[in-house]
Amino acid sequence: MSLVNLRAIASIYKFELHRFRRTLLTGLLVPVITTTLYFVVFGGAIGSRMTEVDGIPYAAFIVPGLIMMAMFTESIFNASFGIYMPKFTGTIYELLSAPVSATETIIAYVGAAATKSLIIGTIIFLTAHLFVDVPVAHPFAMAGFMILIAISFCLFGFILGIWAQSFEQLQVIPMLLIMPMTFLGGAFYSVQMLAEPWRTITLFNPIVYLISGFRWTFFGKGDVAIEFSLIFVAGMLAVCLGIIGWMFRTGYRLKK
Amino acid sequence: MASIIDIQGLTKRYASGFEALKGVDLSIEEGEIFALLGPNGAGKTTMISIICGIARATGGSVKVAGHDIVRDYRGARDAIGLVPQELSTDQFERVIDTVTFSRGLFGKPRNPAHIEKVLRDLSLWDKRNAKILELSGGMKRRVMIAKALSHEPRILFLDEPTAGVDVELRRDMWKLIGELRQTGVTIILTTHYIEEAEEMADRVGVINRGELMLVEDKTALMKKLGKKTLTVVLAERLAAVPVELAEWDVTLKGDGQEIEYIFDTQAERTGVSSLLRRLGDLGIGYKDLNTAQSSLEDIFVSLVHQEKAA
Repeated sequence: MSLVNLRAIASIYKFELHRFRRTLLTGLLVPVITTTLYFVVFGGAIGSRMTEVDGIPYAAFIVPGLIMMAMFTESIFNASFGIYMPKFTGTIYELLSAPVSATETIIAYVGAAATKSLIIGTIIFLTAHLFVDVPVAHPFAMAGFMILIAISFCLFGFILGIWAQSFEQLQVIPMLLIMPMTFLGGAFYSVQMLAEPWRTITLFNPIVYLISGFRWTFFGKGDVAIEFSLIFVAGMLAVCLGIIGWMFRTGYRLKK
Repeated sequence: MASIIDIQGLTKRYASGFEALKGVDLSIEEGEIFALLGPNGAGKTTMISIICGIARATGGSVKVAGHDIVRDYRGARDAIGLVPQELSTDQFERVIDTVTFSRGLFGKPRNPAHIEKVLRDLSLWDKRNAKILELSGGMKRRVMIAKALSHEPRILFLDEPTAGVDVELRRDMWKLIGELRQTGVTIILTTHYIEEAEEMADRVGVINRGELMLVEDKTALMKKLGKKTLTVVLAERLAAVPVELAEWDVTLKGDGQEIEYIFDTQAERTGVSSLLRRLGDLGIGYKDLNTAQSSLEDIFVSLVHQEKAA
């Protein structure tokens, strides 16, 4: 056997993508429809009264936020479900008894979930073009940022999937924590538009830095400096990797 | 024969304080069929789970094919195919996909010919394109065996392979195990169907409350612990056991037509000849004598009972 079980990584990755393919239609239609709805409501109805934020047409302004919001949700949902289901059905026995390392397991599951998030992010980006002209100031940075966000949130979802012991627990963090934080994190507005003390309070929300950073790749400016955004992404990656490392070392909720 | 699994001082204590394994030493030889017998909750599944990497040991060590299961888990797990007790399958997958997946998971290159052979051996080839959820329980069990055999393991663990399985599948399973043995695969099975161990195993281990109570060659075990039953068919019916026979503790069977006496073949005095002499003295005539070896089940029950009494 070679040093890295590449075949195992490929097998899990393919298995997960196959799982996504089974629900392809709803999996892709839902984000597209949701985005369209946001465009109609925020871009069309509200945007017609707001016209510009920071010199950017409002409909274009919300595009990065919409992509981020969908990617947060999809990443957490897919990655957590991917590892929670084998726990729930009992098929996890095979993974645990296979010659597969923790790192290989993470690469395969998180890689597959991140792939799906990136596909959805790209589809939303393309859908947005049907409604509005969206300039992209830094295309490579944009792609890189999407990849980093997909990986970070899939890692987070993976942790959630290992931690969760019921379907309810699986839902509670995304619905009660991530969703409000995203809405309050400047997906639909600039933090600059808020009055004090809300502007300062908002800066404690890490999502602000992520959305702002992504917006920077589009328009060359964000609510906070791009360096801060990168620090937050790196920090999130590091924290998630640390937690997962600990989970595998101790066998937390995986091994009896 | 060289040992392929070497277990030393294996202990498992759960967070609740429950001790599932209390220092088990066991060595499994390559190519043998080893049956692990024990009542529910004895520690059979815990032991298998630790060897296969599903649970962690609290203490002790296990080597599989020379590889430590913790330090060199890849080498150890590479050699093992596991069929757990619970039916757990990916319901929406097709049979052939899930079996191919298992082979990949174990890092083996694709080999459609081997997958086909495994599926044919398990009578699953016709169902290869069916989704698992369309299959019956027995068929799902076969799929799990196919998954375990997909990567050509040297050792196969079967945890309660025939629990809740119909007669036909059980017979197929026995046949399959026989064939696997021909190819040199070591098989460890847990069961509480003693007939299964009796039918197939080379050696039997009896585990109860986390302790391995004995490990013995099946035939030697049956000889060693075997009690025999002597049945004396009487010429005339007896209404009750005569007091003169009290010291033998015999029972009256078959409407008073038979006397049954259980004796230990290993005892210095079996009591058989003295019993027959006494019958003669009493003028009780008999037409026939018959002795029968007790089954593994009787041995097992008496062992577990001794433990409880102690």
